[in-house]
Amino acid sequence: MASHDSHTGRLPGLFGSPDTSSFTEFLGAYSPELLPGRRTPPAAPVGDEIPHGTTIVAVTFSGGVVMAGDRRATAGNVIAQRDIEKVFRADEFSAVAVAGTAGLGVEMVRLFQVELEHYEKREGRTLSVEGKANRLATMVRQNLPMAMQGLAVVPLFAGYDEERDGGRIFSYDPAGGRYEERDFHSIGSGSVFARGALKKLFRADASAEDAAVMCVQALYDAADDDSATGGPDLTRRIFPVVASVTSDGYRRLGEDEVGAIARAVVDARYDSPGGPTAPLR
Amino acid sequence: MPFYVSPEQQMKDKADYARKGIARGRSVVVLQYDDGILFVADNPSRALHKISEIYDRIAFAAVGKYNEFENLRLGGVRYADINGYQYDRRDVTARGLANVYAQSLGTIFTETNKPYEVELVVAEVGESAETDQIYRLTFDGSVADEHGYVAMGGQAEAVAQALKDRYREGMTLTEALRAAVASLEAQDSDRRLEAKSLEVAVLDRNREHRLFKALAKRRVEELLGEPSSEDSSEPAEPSGPSKPSGS
Repeated sequence: MASHDSHTGRLPGLFGSPDTSSFTEFLGAYSPELLPGRRTPPAAPVGDEIPHGTTIVAVTFSGGVVMAGDRRATAGNVIAQRDIEKVFRADEFSAVAVAGTAGLGVEMVRLFQVELEHYEKREGRTLSVEGKANRLATMVRQNLPMAMQGLAVVPLFAGYDEERDGGRIFSYDPAGGRYEERDFHSIGSGSVFARGALKKLFRADASAEDAAVMCVQALYDAADDDSATGGPDLTRRIFPVVASVTSDGYRRLGEDEVGAIARAVVDARYDSPGGPTAPLR
Repeated sequence: MPFYVSPEQQMKDKADYARKGIARGRSVVVLQYDDGILFVADNPSRALHKISEIYDRIAFAAVGKYNEFENLRLGGVRYADINGYQYDRRDVTARGLANVYAQSLGTIFTETNKPYEVELVVAEVGESAETDQIYRLTFDGSVADEHGYVAMGGQAEAVAQALKDRYREGMTLTEALRAAVASLEAQDSDRRLEAKSLEVAVLDRNREHRLFKALAKRRVEELLGEPSSEDSSEPAEPSGPSKPSGS
């Protein structure tokens, strides 16, 4: 660590200046090249040879929210990775997932995680759900020049709101627009199909387990019609990442739990390939 | 009109000044127990903390002037977070942080007129008691590698002596907390400490991810075997970040 300011009798460099509790702002002053938003975007649009992550779904239930993502990353017509993880703990009471350019998305998540924890440790309180969602919007907006060259990252944010005792979902556009979603939402290339499924499957009185099943069903439908979304891989035991956020905090469901749900969903599709049917009237 | 003061005298004056300031406050103790490291401060304030989280396995305790140690704490959080972000979370160590603090405190002590009136502990909980690390830093930047227990601030010697009699390896959390509180009561002959005047936190190696946990007042009462004050209007859980799972 450089000790260029040690004569002032403070921690080296900028460490001792008390001005901000934002990690991103500090990073921008300490080591600007590490900030995603400060980079020069490529001169020409990049093709599809850089891995992209695909479908994410989130469903609220009474007392929380469940978020899930498939495991596929694609580069053009090639499956770049079949066990990528795109759903993350943001902090104790929220989850974040990314679709779009995988490398930039994962970096954005890491920065966002540190941002939340840094604020919490310095200020002795957590940000409000809206505060967290707004912070993420700023990060997405800073990525706009990259998005214009084909390196878009679009996150989905879900948090537990203590005042409402319920889950909340926020979606984003590449320009940093932030939109609160009701009940459920999906992003990524398979999101159209996933949302169609969720529309029919969603019920307000669902339990956390039901919400997890809804997510896996919706991801199955997305994988059914979108080549960039991976379905449950029973032979390799690669299942979607499913996480819930409730008053007990963030919890990623274990491999066994998700495996059991995924097997049940796949088994049921032998009889009914289109999945559960909704009542007509 | 300037006149000559020998460097020895200068350093001695500064050290006396700092020691006096530190002895004026109340004490903090840090001790190992079977599941990790326990921090107990004689601190009735619910807003101004003497004990806090730095990183996943690292915590910070301080005595002395609040604005001075708070400045060090904030800098430490930045140091930890930037290193964890640039490298990996496991690359943030108490030893590295203790070094940074030692440099800072040393520079302040020698190069400024007024030394910091603070004493710090930087502790990192390991996989087992043998790999726990406790560093104690004094106002002049000296670092000591401690084992078992540390008492600092206020009547530190009396507290350390009391702790020496009570401390043994592998205590449970309850035993360790009771030993700590009894030792803090040794500050004065008639000192009686209750949960509401204590700030208590642990680095618990059995927790996940972030191992630091501040113990709520109700939990401290439970461990001390005090009757729970039902009429208390204060919330039992601080609206802190990590809701408890277990301890």
